[in-house]
Amino acid sequence: MFAVAGAACLAGAVGVVVSSNPVHAALSLVGTLFGIAVLFVAQEANFLAAVQVIVYAGAIVVLFLFVIMLLGVDRSDNLRVEPLGGGQRVTAAVVAAGVLGLVLTTLASTGWEATGAVGEVDEGVPDINQLGEALFTRYLYAFEITSILLVIAVVGAVLLARRVRREEEIVDPGQAERRAVVTERIARAEARAAHTDGARNGVTADDAEPEPATEPAPAQEVGS
Amino acid sequence: MIGAVEVTPAWYLVLGAALFSIGTFGLLIRRNPLVMFMCIELMLNAVTLTFVTFSRMVRDTGGQSIVVFVLVVAAAEVVVGLAIIVALLRKRPGATADDVAILEG
Repeated sequence: MFAVAGAACLAGAVGVVVSSNPVHAALSLVGTLFGIAVLFVAQEANFLAAVQVIVYAGAIVVLFLFVIMLLGVDRSDNLRVEPLGGGQRVTAAVVAAGVLGLVLTTLASTGWEATGAVGEVDEGVPDINQLGEALFTRYLYAFEITSILLVIAVVGAVLLARRVRREEEIVDPGQAERRAVVTERIARAEARAAHTDGARNGVTADDAEPEPATEPAPAQEVGS
Repeated sequence: MIGAVEVTPAWYLVLGAALFSIGTFGLLIRRNPLVMFMCIELMLNAVTLTFVTFSRMVRDTGGQSIVVFVLVVAAAEVVVGLAIIVALLRKRPGATADDVAILEG
């Protein structure tokens, strides 16, 4: 059971990282979340497994997919281009390996055992009873504060995602200059990134030269 | 006791560490803000798995209680983060994490 669920977790995690399409990444994330829910069940945390499936796989991933579809960003990323140029992936791999090594070293230094006070768990009582009692006695204040946090999050999300209706009535000096800077920067980035479809925007005419063997490009020049 | 008879808790801890590292790596190399967010969820899940494992190891419900709070905070974080991403991508479709640098004053 552990082997299957652990393999699902790892495969899903790798899928999130390497899949170029955000929708595939979200579906891989579902695999990881289900695997972790199975591991929760294997560790006698049945309530948390149910909550994991309901909240994560049911709500959060659906929210992700909803945003992906809403924004129409389900096009594939070009993973061949390194975001920050040379050596970023190597650096990222070194950092991730360092994190892994640090955690494993810490675990090994304790002999793979948990140190500290051993709590009391009644054997016969189901985990949901113990969890409920802990949440509403020992962690009552934290529990109430999380409700405040949720309210704040909902209000903030509504405020952030609301569409501003009358945008043109907002007095914003310097907007034109900033917009010009931004559009210029984006045009530069696009010209740098998309030298393959350079024929569409006539900026990179040099790049478009070798491939006018296709028909439409000369036809457009004649037409204009 | 369903399964996990010969599997010691250390295996779960190693799996959690591996998931966390993969999440870190993905967060650092991807630049689609949505996928970066998924990598953060991956890291959070690795931590919750570790918490549940420790909860079982020390026979205390504190670890499971913390997982409940992590779930709530993750939900709130996803809501606010996705709202920010929606607001950002609506203004500038196809924006990547690099383009957020435009926001600097």
